[in-house]
Amino acid sequence: MISVDSYFYLSIILMLSIFLGFELINKVPATLHTPLMSGANAISGITLVGAVGLVSAGDPALGKWLGVAAVALATINVVGGYMVTDRMLAMFKKKGK
Amino acid sequence: MATVIQIAYIIAAALFILGLKQLGSPATARRGNRISAVGMLVAVVAALLGQGIDYTWILLGVAIGTVVGAAAARLVQMTAMPEMVALFNGFGGLASLLVGWAAIAPGATTFTLVTIILSILIGGLTFTGSMVAYGKLAERIASRAVVFSGQQVVNSLIVLGILAGSVMFCLQPENHSWLYLVVGLSLLFGVMAVIPIGGADMPVVISLLNSYSGLAACAAGFAVHNNILIVAGALVGASGIILTQIMCKAMNRSLANVLFSGFGSGKVETAAVEGEIKPITVEDAYYVLEAASNVAFIPGYGMAVAQAQHVVKELAELLEANGAEVSFGIHPVAGRMPGHMNVLLAEADVPYDQLLEMDEINPRMESVDVAIVIGANDVVNPAAREVESSPIYGMPVINVDQARTVFVLKRSMASGFAGIENPLFYKENTRMLFGDAKESIGALVREFGN
Repeated sequence: MISVDSYFYLSIILMLSIFLGFELINKVPATLHTPLMSGANAISGITLVGAVGLVSAGDPALGKWLGVAAVALATINVVGGYMVTDRMLAMFKKKGK
Repeated sequence: MATVIQIAYIIAAALFILGLKQLGSPATARRGNRISAVGMLVAVVAALLGQGIDYTWILLGVAIGTVVGAAAARLVQMTAMPEMVALFNGFGGLASLLVGWAAIAPGATTFTLVTIILSILIGGLTFTGSMVAYGKLAERIASRAVVFSGQQVVNSLIVLGILAGSVMFCLQPENHSWLYLVVGLSLLFGVMAVIPIGGADMPVVISLLNSYSGLAACAAGFAVHNNILIVAGALVGASGIILTQIMCKAMNRSLANVLFSGFGSGKVETAAVEGEIKPITVEDAYYVLEAASNVAFIPGYGMAVAQAQHVVKELAELLEANGAEVSFGIHPVAGRMPGHMNVLLAEADVPYDQLLEMDEINPRMESVDVAIVIGANDVVNPAAREVESSPIYGMPVINVDQARTVFVLKRSMASGFAGIENPLFYKENTRMLFGDAKESIGALVREFGN
């Protein structure tokens, strides 16, 4: 069902994304390192998307439980990560405001 | 439907990239984070459109996760941010481990099996590594480096075990013993990898674990053939690696040295330091500050521990009202995570353009009348410049000793984290203000009030 070609295709996506990531993050000022990290952390909760797809009907029970646990954990990561980053960034103010 | 989902993933990827780009500037950072959150929402909704999904169970998982995540995000204190990030990181890692595990299906190709084992391995060590980091940061376990004889041998055996287990799993995927072996050893490896790293090296560890959580998601993406996981995971992986590099450079140490040397395990350097300690009273400190026209604050982890950021801001305002120029010098590894001090000072309403990076403040140090060191030690240690035998020799530091007068706020004379003597305390122009940082600064604020 999945050809060798599709692995190469996924690998190219991987490579391009890594280079893009380096370019994007390289110039972030030190002041923003903590929000950047927790914001990136929230993005790593993307594994939620993978987890959702695994909790499908008719799976063996173990797979389902693993999936549900993964959904819950990844949601903590996503919701908590974005909210706490937003809370932090709301505090960053320029002089004279 | 499959096309719609794929298009949604492309949109989500674009939003993540745009969001991260905007996170790079203080003026747009908040919007950037929200753009990235919208991207996540798009991706999750798209995933829910997939066929044969059991919504009841997913809703249950999402509900639990939302309540826990939202509560944690609202309740956490800013000083505890490193712990929070470590915990979230760990959860993300564990989720990737579970996704990899649940993706095991009969008839999987060897490539898929390899990516499954990778997501289990990286996810597992991210999970336990983050939990140990959390324990150290929250001081639930000793934050010093834990080293024992034979540690390298034990670690090598674990790595060999993981390698062997992984190969056997790929050859015999139906035999679950190999899977359990790899899961167990990955979890163990995370613990073993972080216990030999001391508290002051935590900025590096947190950055690295952050990177791993992205890479774990990336591997899980390969395991379930989902390119949004690969894109988002790789972006996070890359950002974590960059932060790790910045942190290592700021300590003038290689990543290998941070990870394996057991730095701060209690080795005490015995170089003799000349001079004597000169304590100062709050009252005398006040007179010096009142006459100063240029004051720089150099905060460290001690400011977070004492929760002194708000009184520091108060003192800074009083000094400014008194006609002094006030700045804050932030060392890249001050605190327990990258940018830790900046967040605390932002919480106390210090404008971010008043915070100077090390390279900005050092050239100005000679024109500073009073440099106030609050709970920082190694990052202002002149031994890094002067004493070749010092373990931190070569590390870039903030040169507070070049200011006209230095006030060091310290609880006692116990040596810093790594047990390294700090000649700064014995310099001619240094005065020690002993006591809790919050109380000392508070007392200075009251002096100004009188």
